[in-house]
Parts: sequence; structure tokens; C-alpha cells
Amino acid sequence: MTRYVLGRVGQAVAVLWAAYTLTFAILYLLPSDPMELQLAAAGVQTDSLTAAQVDAIKQQFGLDQSIWAQYWHHLTGLLQGDFGTSLTQQVPVGDLLAQRIGPTLQLSVSAAVVSLVLGSALAYLATFVSLPWLRTLLSRLPALGASFPQFFVALFLIQFFSFQLGWFPATGTTGFSSLVMPVLTISVLASAVLAQVLIKSFDETLAQPYITTARAKGLSRSAVHLRHAFRNAALPAMTILGVIVGLTVTSSIVTETVFTREGVGKLAQEAVLAQDVPVVLAVVTVAAAMFVLVNLVVDLLYPLLDPRITHVRVSTEGAAL
Amino acid sequence: MTATLLEAPLVEAAPAPSGGRLTSVLVRRPLFLVALLYVAFIVVSAFWPSLFTSYGPIDTDPGAVTLPPSLDHFFGTDIYGRDLWSRVLHGSALTIQATLIALGIAVVAGLTLGIVAGFFGSYTDSILMRFVDVLLAIPGLLLALSIVTALGYGTVPVAVAVGVGIVPGFARTTRAEVLRVKTLPYVEAARAGGASWTRVLLRHILPNSWGPVAVLAVLDAGVAIIAIASLSFLGFGAAPPAAEWGTLIADGRNYLITSWWLSLLPGLFVALLVLSLNHISKTLQELTR
Amino acid sequence: MTLVHIQGLDVGYARHRTISPAVTGLDLTVAQGEVVAIVGESGSGKTTTANALIGLLPANGRITAGSAVVDGVETAGAKERVLRGLRGSVVGLIPQDPMVGLNPTQRVGAQVAEAVRLRGGSHTEALAFLEEAGVPDPEMRARQYPHELSGGLRQRVLIAIALAGKPKLIIADEPTSALDVTVQKRILDHLEGLVRGQGIALLIITHDLAVAADRADRIAVMRDGRKVEEGNPGQILHFPAEPYTRRLVEAATPAIPRPTPASPAVPRSTPASPAGPRAEPLSRFEPASPAVPRLEAEQPAAPSPEPAAHAELGSPAAPLSGPAAPDVPGPATVSRPTSDPAPASPAFPQAKAVPPGSPTPPPDLSSFAGGAATVLPRPPREDVGDPSLNGAAILAYPQGKTETSPTPVLALNEVSKIFPVSDPRRGRRGFNALDKVTFEVPRGRTHALVGESGCGKTTTLRIALGLESATSGSVRLDGHEIAGLSWNRMRPLRRKAQLVHQDPFATLDPKFSVRQSIVEPLVSFRVGDRRSREARARELLDQVALPVSYLDRRPRELSGGQRQRVAIARALALQPDLIMLDEPVSALDVLVQEQILQLLAELQRELGLSYLFVSHDLAVVARISHTVSVMSDGRIVEQGRVADVFTNPSSPRTRELVEAIPGRRANAA
Repeated sequence: MTRYVLGRVGQAVAVLWAAYTLTFAILYLLPSDPMELQLAAAGVQTDSLTAAQVDAIKQQFGLDQSIWAQYWHHLTGLLQGDFGTSLTQQVPVGDLLAQRIGPTLQLSVSAAVVSLVLGSALAYLATFVSLPWLRTLLSRLPALGASFPQFFVALFLIQFFSFQLGWFPATGTTGFSSLVMPVLTISVLASAVLAQVLIKSFDETLAQPYITTARAKGLSRSAVHLRHAFRNAALPAMTILGVIVGLTVTSSIVTETVFTREGVGKLAQEAVLAQDVPVVLAVVTVAAAMFVLVNLVVDLLYPLLDPRITHVRVSTEGAAL
Repeated sequence: MTATLLEAPLVEAAPAPSGGRLTSVLVRRPLFLVALLYVAFIVVSAFWPSLFTSYGPIDTDPGAVTLPPSLDHFFGTDIYGRDLWSRVLHGSALTIQATLIALGIAVVAGLTLGIVAGFFGSYTDSILMRFVDVLLAIPGLLLALSIVTALGYGTVPVAVAVGVGIVPGFARTTRAEVLRVKTLPYVEAARAGGASWTRVLLRHILPNSWGPVAVLAVLDAGVAIIAIASLSFLGFGAAPPAAEWGTLIADGRNYLITSWWLSLLPGLFVALLVLSLNHISKTLQELTR
Repeated sequence: MTLVHIQGLDVGYARHRTISPAVTGLDLTVAQGEVVAIVGESGSGKTTTANALIGLLPANGRITAGSAVVDGVETAGAKERVLRGLRGSVVGLIPQDPMVGLNPTQRVGAQVAEAVRLRGGSHTEALAFLEEAGVPDPEMRARQYPHELSGGLRQRVLIAIALAGKPKLIIADEPTSALDVTVQKRILDHLEGLVRGQGIALLIITHDLAVAADRADRIAVMRDGRKVEEGNPGQILHFPAEPYTRRLVEAATPAIPRPTPASPAVPRSTPASPAGPRAEPLSRFEPASPAVPRLEAEQPAAPSPEPAAHAELGSPAAPLSGPAAPDVPGPATVSRPTSDPAPASPAFPQAKAVPPGSPTPPPDLSSFAGGAATVLPRPPREDVGDPSLNGAAILAYPQGKTETSPTPVLALNEVSKIFPVSDPRRGRRGFNALDKVTFEVPRGRTHALVGESGCGKTTTLRIALGLESATSGSVRLDGHEIAGLSWNRMRPLRRKAQLVHQDPFATLDPKFSVRQSIVEPLVSFRVGDRRSREARARELLDQVALPVSYLDRRPRELSGGQRQRVAIARALALQPDLIMLDEPVSALDVLVQEQILQLLAELQRELGLSYLFVSHDLAVVARISHTVSVMSDGRIVEQGRVADVFTNPSSPRTRELVEAIPGRRANAA
């Protein structure tokens, strides 16, 4: 068991490192002239500078070093909790993140919880109801939810709940009421994605012969659905929890921009607009870390929930008659 | 097993050769037809927008500012008196172009990765799939944002960024299909019949892996459209006055309280397109199963 | 008292707004404590009938007419609440496949207890049921999950669940067809003992007439949704009234005689058979000469065997290549090609097939006594027993090559195979899949590899084909060593040996037309041009008795048997010496099995082919093979002539396999 856990943790760290490296490569290797890009981001015109000034600036941002040296510098800095310095705002990126992460965590966590509840409930109902038309309707809903661009959902909610009904503020970062519409925006997509996977899993599970066995015992439909179908259907769907959390994090970019919430998502949007490379790198790294972490937790929890995984050894030996 | 619960009445009776399948499908599934027509309409409008509107996309009319939707102006007019319907149709060109570029990248790179990994297996497979795992670890939109940061703004960078974001999913599906087909008895029979791996790949594996990959491509077209619209909504798309759908919606956002149609109608237009693509993909999946 | 009373029952499945019937006008009764079997091919409506009884039809299933009364309750059109009252407490169900019949995430004890609690029982009672069902150490087993139990134990847990509701009737739907024969026998015996002991009625749903005949008081034979015949096992086996039943009997009755003539059989009220058990070996093995089994049965090509072959299959006048071959519905043929009763006695040429000198059994008996003869019907001949003539009679290939050449077409010598298994806990280790396997396939003969699943027979076949490499040992194909050859060096030899795979539904590329599939090996080896390939394709289709019009069909337009014929045609395309048959008929219905075996036998006779035949089914092996190797755990435990090995098994594994073949009990009666 310890070996399993250590192995999984090691894998997660490796994936995270690789993701960081890939993003670094994209940001520092792709543009034709990284220095020009970064100087432009810092508001400096390259043409107006003397060679000595250019060198000085290069040195300031560490751009005079080889790409490997820069990579090493950034990576070691990251390991010590140093995300570098923002090009546009001239403050440590770590500080920016610390300021902005609160609202985003609030948003992402609430959205993830709401999506889980909504998505599971929808999938449960869509596979349980026996009225054919209701069943069709419910099982088509997720495809509908996944088709609406988030900015459209957000704008629609603002138009309806803020401007027409006046229930919630259209913008802002403070208070519960400012959270409702952003959470709803994200949940429409995230719960739709979850429900699609769950419904498929439920359908497959309900077609399994052991469901017939359970029904043949004389159990009621609801007992069969709850006691036999639910767990078996939910287990394979657990693997997309990471995707759901990843969705809520990326969704914060559009959502926070529309609702003008001062979170990491809006920070990312601003950083890309300003081509503030260190900030973009930091945001991507943090998001990838969250995704990897959730996947790690799911991986570690899975054997506890699915007896077939914990008992690997027994199954290889016990299966021989 | 379920197969026996649903056992066919006559297993040994050979199924009759099928014919006229498409027509009957279209008749039985009117929604599928509507979705197909809508997608076709948008693709046509992307190439010949003037077929469907008499207004120019950048013709201002000071006398017709922020008019609500009417028969004259389907989607109303913006604050400069430009016809929004015409602007949306002309925006199709950019967005569809970007979508095609993104899909092209995803299909070419994803198929190559998936086929190479699935076909050669062992170490090649492990290395390529680890790479795909890493790509998947970076949430799609953020990967796209990094690429846009590096490449700059505009339709093509956005398209490239979105395309790269779709590659991993494509590669995985292709690989899974190749792996599935590769172990099928008919591939083994072909090998036993002396066929070379190249022949097996070209004649057996590729044609039979194609179905699910094509279904995914249609689905991903919807995903790509949303991602492209989102990126241009965030301000990374084509420079004004050219207007992609996302840009149009973002511009209209400031007038939401007074002129809701400026944002919501183009948004609905996009949503319907994505919905249609999803429906087409789903129907295809059901038909090919 | 009547427990189940089905009258005029119609059940159908709704598809695209039409209802396709699955069961039509069925009448059936089951008395209390009675054991009744419904026998039929897949698609005959037997499972649908069972599902209708317990109210578990799939969502699109409808009872459209008639009534099915179970314990006084009408189930046709009944509400879910009523049906639920029946399930478990009145009718118990033992589902088809034990490997997937139990909830994988729940301990088996809890799954039994759930059924017990429904009628207010206690947890200890659940343990009692497990014990009763024959689960050893029930307390320990109850805490295990299904995947920790073997298939046999899982089946016993399912039996315990069915018993737990204290039902009056248990429906066993193909109860053990997913298990190995030896396990199958033990479990069926146990189940039968239980229900007979407790006075529970048992409805066995099976495709295997032999399984039914061994255990049922009464058998109903179903076909295409209708009951075609009903009677006690003796009647059905010995005096089948319907031609369809007769063909089932023929297909299901094992041709293998028992090692000990007087095995204690459960006494049964079946009519005594004139040909006792001792007669069986005679009628079965007499045709085989001691030295070369079946050789003298080969015949000159002039008296074509085809009419006889087809007469047996029910369409007396059909020429071999004609479109009316049994599993080939021709353009004008209705979907039930062979339902018309063929003339009863002449349709079964076994009587004629028995060579002069052996006791000729009455026609109605020969159908189950003369297993091998049914596959290889031979018209009466004058020259039987003249070896020189027979040597010349194997026309299809040059004499010297066959009779004088001592080289076997395939010879494996001490072949071993070790698969590396990576176990996360114990690191990499070797799994010994094959251990010094040695056998040879003589020219023009059939050598069989038999054994239960996982015994290594398929691995052996793949090694012999060069699809897998042996860890050690030598594989000689037509005298050439192929072990360790690279793909390219192996390639020319590949023309000598071809493969026919088990699963007819996956053996053909769905995107290829029949023509493309058949000529593919020719294209791969660049044999001939377009025109000659086309001609060859037609010729091959003709050889496997499919109409030429099928050349443009896709696999989905073919039935399972037809697909297998195309696969055989493809294997023949390069004119190989040897064809490796990997369970070629195991996925097919019994009647189609017969046709394919027949075809293989004819092809062997006409083309002088050698077969390496891999199968788990001893009955099939006995019909087609000359020699046999019995495999167990990667080793060959016994080999020799089929007659010797099966009549007089020396290894306990072989004896167990032979013993476990269903249908023995009824035969012995």
C-alpha cells in the first residue's frame, strides 16, 4: 500500500514538473524574440534604447542568460516558493497570487460542490424516472448545458437576474450574493459534463446482469437503483472529478472577467493581455497543480471505494477454483 | 447477459443488404436534419455572407442606432447603426476559418500521435502517452492562453492555441481505437495471410478506427468554436473593426442593460451552432454503433 | 398441482414502432416440484419466455397476447408491484453468466442476506443458504467480494440467492454454459439434488439438449418462438417426432463412449434403448481402421458425397454450391431455410455410413449412437477395406506427398513459452504458459488440441502459426524450422498454414466485401492478377458452398455460419497444406456447427488438407479429429488416436473431461 501511494505521489510530481516545463517552453521558446515581448510588456520601446541599456534590462530580467540557465533559475525559484516578478506590475508574482487566490478558491470550490450535487442528481433522476418523455428530456439536458458558451450564460444571467429582477449584483467580489451567479455560470457547464458521464455510466451499469439478479430477488426499483446501480455507476465516473475541478478553475477566467471578480482568473486574463509571461506561467502552474492534486486524491481514494482494486493480490490467487 | 435478453428472433438469418439508409435516418430524425441544415447554413454564410444580408458589416447608419431586432434588422443594430445580423454573418468567416485550422491541427497531430502510439506500442506508446498526459494536466483553456501569450493575438494564434488544446483528447481516442482494432481477429487473419504491417495499417486499422475519431472530430468542432469564441471574447482575437463572434458579444456586453440583443443574440447564434454540432455527433455515434 | 400455466403466450420486442415477435402461441405448464427444460437455439424465444415469467422483460419487451399464470397470479400485463411480489419469493432466478451476475462492489454474504431479509430472515440464514448451495466455509466466503471467487463458486452464490427467497420455482437460464464442463457437471448435479430434495420446481433454459436430457422430467423444444415438441427425455432423444428435434439430438449427442461401460446412472423412466452402451463404441469407432483412422472411409471423388451431405441437412436436392445451402438463405428462400421437414429416414444417412460388417442400428437410434458418421456421411461403397484403392482415392493431392512422405505437416518439439508477468507487488516473473509441448499433425489428417480455457491450447496454435514466438523448442512447418524466424523469413512459409478464428463476428473486416476478404492473401502475396483473383474468389466461394452473388456482401449482411464459411474460403485462398482452426464452431449454434464441421470434413477429403483443431468441446473433437492431444496447465497430459484416448483415457484429466460431457446419463438409460 505504501509503495502504491509513493508511486502515485511520484507520478503526480513528475507530471506536474513536465507540465511546468512544457509551459515554460511554450512561453520562452515560441516567440521570435522573447526579450522584445517582455520589454514591450514592461512598457519599454526597444528601438529607443542604447545597446548598453538593452543589456542592462536583459540582465535585470535574466534574459542575458541561456535558456537553460533561465529555466533552472525559474525552477529552483519555484521550488522555494518564488514565482518570479511580474513584468507589468513589478511586484512578486507570489504576492499577486496570494492576493487574488481567495475569491477564485471560493468560486471554484463552491462551483465544484454545486456541480457534483446537480450533476449526480440529474443523472440519478434521468436514469430512474420511468416516464419515457421525462427520461428523454432529462437525459438531453446535459448536452444542452454543455453547448452554451459560458460568457453567454453569464451575460444571460446578468441580464435576467440583475437587470430584470435585481436579485443579485452584476459585478463584484464581496459577499454571498456576488457569488451566486458566477457559481451558477460555472455549474451549468461542469454539472452538464459530469451528468453526461454519469448517465452513460448508469445506463451501462443498469444493463449489467447483476442488476437483473438484484431485481429477481424482489427488490424494488428504487432499492436496486440506490443499492446496486449507484455505487457501480459512480465509481468509473470518479475519474473525471479531476476534469470537473480543472473545468471550474479554467472557467474562472471567463466568469471572473464577465462578473469583474478580482480573482486569479481575471489576473490570468489581464496577464495574457499584457503578455506578462511570469504571471501566466505561475497561473498555469497553479492550475495544473490543482488538477494533478485532485487526480492524485481520486487515485488514492479509488482503491478504498472499489473492492476490486484493493484485493488485486487475492483475486489472482483466489480465482483458481 | 443483456445480449440474450434482447436476443434477435432469427440469428442465422442473414441481414438483408441495406439501402436508402440515410434518407430514412433523416426522416426518422428531423432534429438531425435541422442541425445539419443549420451547420450548412453557417458554413455557406462563412464563405458568401452577402447571400443572406444586404447590409455591409461595417456600414454605419447614424439614423438607425441601437435599433431592437426587427424584420429589417434581424439582430437589431449596434451603437454605430451597423446591422448586427450582417456583422454576425461576416464574423462567421473568421470563426469558421479558425475552427477549421484548430481542427486541422488536432486531427493531424492527434491522429499521428494516436496511430504511432497505438500501432508501435511498447516504449513509443509509453513515451507518447506520457506526453499526452502532461498536455492533459494543463487545463485546455490555460494551455491555449499560454500559447496565445507566446504567439500574440489574432485569429490564427487563437486557432493554433485551441487546436493544440484538443490534440490530447484526439490522440487518446485514436490510440484506443487503433489498439482495439489491432487485436481483432481479422487483423490477425490478415497477418496470418501474409499481409505486411503497412498493409494492415492502411487497409484494416485506419478504415476501421475512423468512425469514432470522426464522431469526436464533429464534437470537437463544437468545443473549438466555444474556445475560439471565448478567447476572442477575452480580447485575444482579431483586431477591430473585423469582428469574430466572441468579440461581438464582448462589445455588446457594455450595453447589456439597454440593448440586450447586442450580446445575447450573437451568443444564441453561437450556442445553437454548438448544440447542432453536438447533436450531429451524438446521432452519428448512435448510427455507427 | 400446476405451478406455471402458460397459454397462448405471445411476446414481442418493440423496434422502430413495430413489434417483432419473439414468442408465439406458447403453451407450457410446470407442475410443483417438476423439472422442466426449454431447449432451443439462441433466438428461439426460450430466454424471453423465462423473462416474461418473472416479469423481467427488457424495456421494449411486450406480452401481446395469451396468459402466463405463476402460482395463481397472472403475469401478463401485471403491474410492477404484483410482479415484484412474485420475484424471489415465488420465482427464483439463476442468471446465465456467473462471472457478471453478482454485484462486484458488494460482499457476497450481503447479497444473499439482502434476499433473505426481503422475507424477514436473518443474516445467519444467509450463511445457511450459502452452505446449502455448496459453498465451502460460508462464513469466510460471505465476507469476500465476487471477484475473489471462482466462476463455480459465484454460480453457487447465485444459487444461494435464488434459494434464499424460498421460491416454489427456480428458473435457471443457461445456468452453467459459461463454466468449464467439469464444474458445470458438479453444479448442475448439486442444483438438481437441491430442488428435488426440497420439492422446488426447476425450469432449465438451455441450448444444450444433452444438459436438458440429463436432468429434466420433461423437455420442451422451442424454435423461432414456437414450441415444436414436448415430451420426456427418452421420447425426445430416442423418438423425436420433429425433424428439427432430430437434428438437435444428433448435434447434441456426444459421440464419445464411456470409459467404463457400467457407470452407475440415475435410474430414469426413459424407454430402454435397443443399442446399449456397449454398442456405442462399436458404431462409433468401427469405421476407423486400427492403423490409420478413417482412412478407408475416404472415397473416390466420382461418387460425390454432396447429395448425402445435404440430405442430412434437410434440403435433399440442394447441390453443394447452390444458394440453398442450409445457412445460406438464397434470394428466394425465406428466413427459415430448413424448417420444412425433410423425409425422415432417408435424410439420415448414418445407417448407410456404417461399413458392412458392423451391426447396423435402426435408423432412429443411429442418430445419437453414430456421432462420427453423422459428420462424414458416406454413401455405401463396394471397395471398403481395400487399402491400395483407398490410397489412390485421396485424389486431391499427389500421392507421394501424402502417403510416402513421412514428414508431418507440422511438428512441435518440446515447445515452451514463458510470459513475463509484471506483478506490482512481486515484480516481474515468468508465467509458464506452455511446458515442453510436443505433437505432430500428420498430412491429410486432423489433430486436435483439447483442454479447458487457459490450458495453453490457443498459445500453442499461435506459436505454430508464427504469430507468437516460443521461448524454447522447435516448430517445424512442412519440414522447415520456424521457431525464431523473423517475419520476413517466415513469410514464404506462411502460405503453407492458414488460420480460421473462433469469433465469426470479428474474423472479417467489416469494411471489406466478401471478395476483398477472400482475395486478400492473394493480394498480400502478389498472386495472380485481377482477373485470376476474381476467378479464384468465385471458385473458393463455391468450395465453401456460398453463392457467387455473395461476393459483394459485407460481413454485416452475413450470418455467423456464413461468415465462418468466408473465413474458411480466405484460409483456402493460398492453397495451404495446413489450416489451424481455433475453436471454429464454438461461437455458432449447434445446427450451424454441424454444417461447418461437415464442410471442413468435405474440404479435407477433396483437397487433402491437414487440420490443427483447437477446441474445448470433446464432442466436436470426436467428430472431426483423427488424433488428439489433451492439454492441461500448459502441458500435454495425453495424446493418441481419438478412439483410444476417449474410450480409454489414461490421464485423470482426460477422464474428468470425458466424464463431464453432458448427455451421458440420458444415453446410458
